Amino acid sequence: MKKIHVSLTVNGDAVDYLCEPQETLLDALRDHLNLTGAKEGCGTGDCGACSVTVDGRLISSCLMLAAEAGGVAVETVEGMANGAELHPLQRHILDGAALQCGVCTPGILVAAKALLAQNPDPSETEIRYWLAGNLCRCTGYDKIIRAVQSAAAEMRGEA
Amino acid sequence: MRYHVANSLSEAVEMLAAEAGTAKVLAGGTDLLVQMKSGALVPDLLVDIKALEGMRDIVPEGGGYRIGAAVSGAQMGEHAGLRALWPGVVEAAGLIGSTQVQGRATIVGNLCNGSPAADSVPALIAAGAIARVVGPDGTREMRVADIPAGPGRTTLEKADIVDSVFLPARPARAGDAYLRFIPRTEMDIAVASAAVNLTLDAEGAVESALVVLGAVAPTAIMAYDAGTALVGSRLEPSALEQCAAACSAACNPIDDKRGTAAFRRQVVGVMAKRAARIAFERAGESL
Repeated sequence: MKKIHVSLTVNGDAVDYLCEPQETLLDALRDHLNLTGAKEGCGTGDCGACSVTVDGRLISSCLMLAAEAGGVAVETVEGMANGAELHPLQRHILDGAALQCGVCTPGILVAAKALLAQNPDPSETEIRYWLAGNLCRCTGYDKIIRAVQSAAAEMRGEA
Repeated sequence: MRYHVANSLSEAVEMLAAEAGTAKVLAGGTDLLVQMKSGALVPDLLVDIKALEGMRDIVPEGGGYRIGAAVSGAQMGEHAGLRALWPGVVEAAGLIGSTQVQGRATIVGNLCNGSPAADSVPALIAAGAIARVVGPDGTREMRVADIPAGPGRTTLEKADIVDSVFLPARPARAGDAYLRFIPRTEMDIAVASAAVNLTLDAEGAVESALVVLGAVAPTAIMAYDAGTALVGSRLEPSALEQCAAACSAACNPIDDKRGTAAFRRQVVGVMAKRAARIAFERAGESL
């Protein structure tokens, strides 16, 4: 089977890969670009562990083919920190102990960042609905929601 | 499997028609990829149409809107004009999946996937939506209501592509709404659902009413008598009770892990009553 050549940007860097037609964007990120932040939890778009943004839109990278990504701009959790300086969401998740096993965390970080980009001051209800597709089997969610709230407050300059 | 980015709709139709094996159209892919991964579907050819002109656009047309086949639920929810004209359709599309799924899932895909529980389909049927279908013999228009044929089945032919759905203009005093029952607050598939589209007369009484039910029959179904029950009323309790009874009578549900047939038959009427109230208020009347 002939492989498909795909050029795109990931976290601002121009990259390319050769993929099989049935491979997903998640496969390409992890196996071809060695970006293993996005995780395969379910592979069916139910758990959110593979969340990335494509052209600014939050999606499940397990539900997009690698071949579809030509020319798009992908953002993953690897692009969130500025060198050694963590993104406020990352810092508040850590400081608030809002993770245990950590498998869901990259997806939650990417999803929460996408929320705050369009709504800097979301209510608790809005955060819970937005993150309803990001399953966490460890924390019970409260610490995650509080971390997003405190990061949002900091980013608004209120904390 | 081969993956092809279509250069034109006619090329896409030709490729679908020429494929001896299983060929599928790809837009948002949120159903297609899941079916491929589970092995339920093993396509030989995927034709990606979302780069074609207009596929990602919501375009005003004749006082209504044409929604391209690759327009996502998120995009619909962000469109103020569409939300104002057909709020029930937008809220139905917005219930499909998570935020992540909303970033890709489309109403045309929801329609073509053929699920009896598809959230946007009852709302589209209630709205009188028209699908534009491009096939080997040219372009034709089909009522959305005529497309679902049963679980996982549609009346579309192998090389047909729905390139857009048209939502018509509507009178000033009109409103629509969609509600579904699920046993949790998010991220589930309808156990029973109802879409209601109302037009009111100058005095604020219901002039016309369409009630469409989801997940209670092999396809979304129009509950004609449920709509008739509301006509002439101001949604007085007796009219709503008649509407609910007509919904229960019209449906043909199954027992499954999501709910029993008896439960569905009852709750679909409750959904219709509540959706009717919301549609009534959106049409400008208070209850």
